Amino acid sequence: MSKRIVIPFGPQHPVLPEPIHLDLVLEDETVVEAIPSIGYIHRGLERLIEKREFTEYVYVAERICGICSFMHAVCYSQGIEEIMKIEVPDRAHYLRTIWSECSRLHSHLLWLGLFADGMGFENLFMRSWRLRESVLDVLEDTSGGRVIQGTCKVGGVRRDIGAEKLAEMHRALDPFEEQCRDLGDVFLNDDTVKYRLQGLGVVGKDEAYALGAVGPTARASGVAMDHRETGYAAYGDLGFKPVVETTGDCYARCAVRVKEVYASIDLIRRAIDQIPEGPLDVKVKGTPDGEYFSRVEQPRGEVIHYLRGNGTKHLTRARIRTPTLANIPILVKMLPNAQLADVPVVVLSIDPCISCTER
Amino acid sequence: MSTMAYLKRSPWILHYDASSCNGCDIEVLACLTPLYDVERFGIINTGNPKHADILMITGGINELNRAVVRNLYEQMPEPKVVVAIGICAATGGIFRECYNIAGGVDKIIPVDVYVPGCAARPEMIIDGVVAALSILEEKRAKMTGNAQAKEAARQAAEAGEST
Repeated sequence: MSKRIVIPFGPQHPVLPEPIHLDLVLEDETVVEAIPSIGYIHRGLERLIEKREFTEYVYVAERICGICSFMHAVCYSQGIEEIMKIEVPDRAHYLRTIWSECSRLHSHLLWLGLFADGMGFENLFMRSWRLRESVLDVLEDTSGGRVIQGTCKVGGVRRDIGAEKLAEMHRALDPFEEQCRDLGDVFLNDDTVKYRLQGLGVVGKDEAYALGAVGPTARASGVAMDHRETGYAAYGDLGFKPVVETTGDCYARCAVRVKEVYASIDLIRRAIDQIPEGPLDVKVKGTPDGEYFSRVEQPRGEVIHYLRGNGTKHLTRARIRTPTLANIPILVKMLPNAQLADVPVVVLSIDPCISCTER
Repeated sequence: MSTMAYLKRSPWILHYDASSCNGCDIEVLACLTPLYDVERFGIINTGNPKHADILMITGGINELNRAVVRNLYEQMPEPKVVVAIGICAATGGIFRECYNIAGGVDKIIPVDVYVPGCAARPEMIIDGVVAALSILEEKRAKMTGNAQAKEAARQAAEAGEST
């Protein structure tokens, strides 16, 4: 047996846009054990809820993560609305769905790019990010912000998307889908990508379930769990089916996300077709008294906001369980037996979002 | 003087996420991709602090990353410029009241350029880098000047000894 060595990976590493630290125990080039340590971006956002009024905390919730910002706001707002028994108008639900799916599109295209970069496919990285810019243009046009939208609030949404803009978005979807399918074709069928990803970081269905994996990571192992199925916001009207793969390797995790891009385009198309007219918000009266577990499906998986209020303007407790935190145990299972050169690809395959994780 | 006149050399960038929400980080990366494409100016994103001229840093300082940020800064060769991207890197921003945020990046390392915004827009980030480039040139000129003066003084002293 060869001698064991420990290689530190991160917090600053060329493939990592964000800091996470892994101590990799190696035997020759093979990983034997991976020991993660987190906390480099811990800010203390759960505690900040004591200093912000419950209507203002939406802005903080959006900044838990800059990639899935809109969905954090939706999750938080839904929690408060549930505690205060606020009926959100249908149009607001649809607009939330459209913006959520746009966020998912930009997040998945971002991830596909980073993943391509992680496996050394620079050209594909650039292509994914070029495509992503057209989603950001729509987000900027409709909400005013490229990455932080600020359009969701407790009781509804802050801005409307006009009929003309919706029609324009609808027309743009077909050419956009064609470009996405061109891009997805490379991820799904290119030999280089397949050789790099197939059979790498395999996790079985039972193991994924037992370790509490969420989102595309779980769905790639055959766990058909997608919180959009429960029909929050307008998903109930849109007839949603989760995307599931069964092989549980890096290729499957990539395939799930590629297919979710297509699914998101479909959802936006149907949401634009069915969006009802009506008011955008209801007036929020009173203060939250009670507690609620609010759950939303983010690009990386299920996020949970636990909120508790005592009838004052400030909530007393928020607990935010983000998808990457749930996926770290499964990541630690994936790494043993991988080659050192494959570690970046395996780490990126769970789509780590560290600023979510550490709050 | 046009902006391009600064670009006598190809500046390399090191990007580190101190404790930002990711919003500014993905905008930094967006600068490198086809729409904004700073690589056409010779600006390259490197992962190695020892190769970098400009440190682009997002987010505020907390207990754990204090040492990491200082370490990265110290490993960069002189002359170097620090660009603080986003309001969190400048003051702590929306997170300034959090228990684990000490404030902006300038609490522990000197910052040359502040790029405002939440999240900072790619155009603003590119503007910040351009501002950083002129500062980098100034620092380089100063260093070269100092070195030349030192060398002249040494030669003068040598000449004095030999007579």
